[in-house]
Amino acid sequence: MNFHKNHWLLFGVTFFGFVGLSLIVGILPAIWVQNNAEPLPGAEPLTTLQREGLGVYVSEGCVACHTQQVRPLAVDQAWGRPATAGDYAYVTPLGPLVPYAPAVLGSERTGPDLTNVGARQASDVWQYIHLYNPRSVVPDSVMPAYPWLFDEVTVAAAGQTVVPVPAAFAPKNGSQVVPNARGMALVAYLLSLKQTPLGAATATPPGADTAAQAPTQPVADTAAQTAAPAAAPVLAWDESLGASTYTGTCAACHQANGQGLPGAFPPLAGDPVVTADDPTEHITVVLAGKQGGEIGGTTYASPMPAQAQLSDEQVAAVINHERTSWGNAATLVTPEEVAAVRGGLQ
Amino acid sequence: MTDNPTVLVPRRSLTVQKSKVQPVADTDTAWTRLIFSYASSATVWLIWGTLIGLYLSIKFAAPDVEHVAWLSYGRLRPVHTNTVFWGWSSLAMIAAALYVVPRTSQRRLWSFPLAWLSLWLINVSVLVGDILLMAGINNGAQEYREYIWPVQAVFAIGVILVAYNLIRTIADRGIEEIYISNWYIMGAFLWTIPLVIIAYIPTYQQTAISETVIQGYYMHMGVGMWFTPMVLGLTYYVLPKLLNKPIYSYSLGVLAFWTQMVFYTMIGAHHFIFAPTPWWLQTVAIIFSVGMIITLAAGTGNFLLTMRGEGRAIARSYSLPFILAGVISYFLFSAQGSLEALRSLQAVWHFTNYTVAHSHLTMYGFVVLLIWGAIYGILPRLTGHEPPQFWVGVHFWFAVVGLVLYSAALTIGGTVQGLSWMSGSPFIESVKAMASFWLWRAVGGTLMFLSHVIFAFNMWSMRPRSASRASSAPAQGGQAPTGPEATR
Ligand code: HEC
Ligand code: HEC
Repeated sequence: MNFHKNHWLLFGVTFFGFVGLSLIVGILPAIWVQNNAEPLPGAEPLTTLQREGLGVYVSEGCVACHTQQVRPLAVDQAWGRPATAGDYAYVTPLGPLVPYAPAVLGSERTGPDLTNVGARQASDVWQYIHLYNPRSVVPDSVMPAYPWLFDEVTVAAAGQTVVPVPAAFAPKNGSQVVPNARGMALVAYLLSLKQTPLGAATATPPGADTAAQAPTQPVADTAAQTAAPAAAPVLAWDESLGASTYTGTCAACHQANGQGLPGAFPPLAGDPVVTADDPTEHITVVLAGKQGGEIGGTTYASPMPAQAQLSDEQVAAVINHERTSWGNAATLVTPEEVAAVRGGLQ
Repeated sequence: MTDNPTVLVPRRSLTVQKSKVQPVADTDTAWTRLIFSYASSATVWLIWGTLIGLYLSIKFAAPDVEHVAWLSYGRLRPVHTNTVFWGWSSLAMIAAALYVVPRTSQRRLWSFPLAWLSLWLINVSVLVGDILLMAGINNGAQEYREYIWPVQAVFAIGVILVAYNLIRTIADRGIEEIYISNWYIMGAFLWTIPLVIIAYIPTYQQTAISETVIQGYYMHMGVGMWFTPMVLGLTYYVLPKLLNKPIYSYSLGVLAFWTQMVFYTMIGAHHFIFAPTPWWLQTVAIIFSVGMIITLAAGTGNFLLTMRGEGRAIARSYSLPFILAGVISYFLFSAQGSLEALRSLQAVWHFTNYTVAHSHLTMYGFVVLLIWGAIYGILPRLTGHEPPQFWVGVHFWFAVVGLVLYSAALTIGGTVQGLSWMSGSPFIESVKAMASFWLWRAVGGTLMFLSHVIFAFNMWSMRPRSASRASSAPAQGGQAPTGPEATR
């Protein structure tokens, strides 16, 4: 018996050796994790529409550029808490041609991680504009445009969402843009991508733990305090933190130049709330969000999403950034004021 | 071939005069046609697959060039990767294997009709698979597993039939010992067939994490247990043959073979380091990644020691420069891969374009260069026609310079990207920072693509012509003058 002379021995050992090793490193671990995958308590299963959206996500190959996998590393903190196996419990096989749970974890981050994008970009209007052409909201984006997830109609039917595409990107013939079935399913799926808080089975709003750390103060105090800084000399604040928070969190809607997008997102340059002497409402809008208010004669269809996940320092910095940019020159705020308003919102 | 007296031309010419291969009188016409058909199908896929790759790289600079669903980035990316994997590299390697296995077994290929059937099955699966991907119908998986299972099943049957054909050829060989090339070549088949089957069985892939475990296992093994052993096996034949001397150490080859099987198999999970896959699996993967250095050193050491002192022969051959460059890449970039598995380095580079650079350095710098070395080494012997050496040189330099530009851009760019994320600046900054690197990548990619067009031209000049077809062949594959017995 000799490997050099007996081909059945050589090829048999080669084949069965590999199959044996494959059991150890492939099949058995897969079975093990599969049997230990429990959905997190409090996690919601995907609705039919959201599952269809997952199908669109897979079919369009979004996974080529986006991960859904937050690693336990400092660099990943921006995307949420570290992922656990239970986070993916509702990613299940899609049908006879895809009898496997589709790969959503991804391996390349050309675009942001999407684990928590439903919390980060909760506005369906923004998602639609962005999918129709990402460069209409994020000029430097390299993400493909997906106009085939939309229909162009002369007049939108009742109940159809008209996407307020900025003029430069809208159809030249003046028709209106409405999402088609696949587009609506995809956005429903994207908005469902929210991390379930760990160890919190009860429905806790995201950012609640940050808020809980803030000292609880009666709102009256805040009003009293705000008068003082106005008179005080120039405040020291972290300008670069303000600018980077604005770019990372707000510019997608309000745009880098503070002009917003007509009909979709209000401008912050010269906005009455941003330029008001009393910053309480400004802080409140950022922390708690806002919807349906009339701003400069326009009512905006999409909401301003609450940004309570930002720390008091970040909120103060980004507010100061808005208050001192694009010709605005309003009073500045301190993290303590933010904390006070946050406490009052509880 | 080295005993050919034509050396350097006395006049200073643009290129060094390359030595001619000996005309082979006893070539089997049916065999020539079969191998040339495999190689030319592969070339068609190379052009198509890399044209798509080039187009994708342009999309980073001009994302709005067109808004056609079938051409959108997410759909085309798997068309590029799967075509160059299954269409180009696999068919080209099989073409060479269909030459090397009968040659070193001193027997004619067991069944020609079966080999033609395999070629059809593989071509059809790649064609249909690509069309479906563009239509948005995929398997929901990641790298190299995007064809839906009915398509991949057709591909797998094609490969299984080739494997069976080759095993029957070896089983019926005209010499006692199984030459080392055939260990590697058959290893590649015997590892890849179960690999593909395991990867397509859904039972244990019902959750995203178990699917990820299999994906890590599969994507890694696809490269390391199919392409790596196959091109190494081909090189164990072509290199000694072209140098007309035995391989430096037969037993080093045997050692590298077994360690490849054991170590490499254990390290698939390193593609998902930090993912919520079992931590012990990742640790095992990291440990064996470092162990791979043994396999690598044994393999490259063996080739380099065989080439030692043969500088002139290498300069005079148009095939050996590809092999030399491929062997060097094998060592450098596989070692890079092992290092990359360390957790601290992964923290910077994982998810960045650095990984894309790495996969091109290995798949292209190592695998594809060796494939070209084998094709240029084998085809002229079969058809009796040599490619114009000037154009082989241009092919070589465009490919190498293109690859260097491509990977330098993405290696540096990927690092910049990773550092940008670590600094905590807004994500879009990392997109902006990549813009110039993506442009350089497209420049490198253009050179690579041009080199493929030149290669296609060279293939055309090596084609079998009726003159050589007329010289009909004996039933046996013919006696290799420096066959396996000489290489021991
Ligand atoms: C070529 C790579 C690429 C592809 C393919 C791609 N994206 Fe993106 N995506 C990006 C980049 C880059 C950004 C960041 C810039 C921006 O916001 O547009 C991004 C941003 C996003 C965002 C905003 C995330 C945030 O945190 O603001 C969402 C949502 C998104 N993509 C969804 C998708 C979906 C859904 C698909 C598939 C239909 C997709 N992407 C396909 C590159 C890509
Ligand atoms: C998803 C898009 C979106 C994002 C992201 C966003 N906003 Fe808004 N914002 C809106 C919309 C829409 C409104 C108008 C709400 C309404 O109709 O009442 C608004 C309103 C506001 C207002 C109040 C204007 C007024 O006059 O009432 C302020 C202040 C503001 N946003 C600040 C911010 C800051 C600071 C950030 C980043 C931390 C931010 N926004 C992020 C969409 C967004």
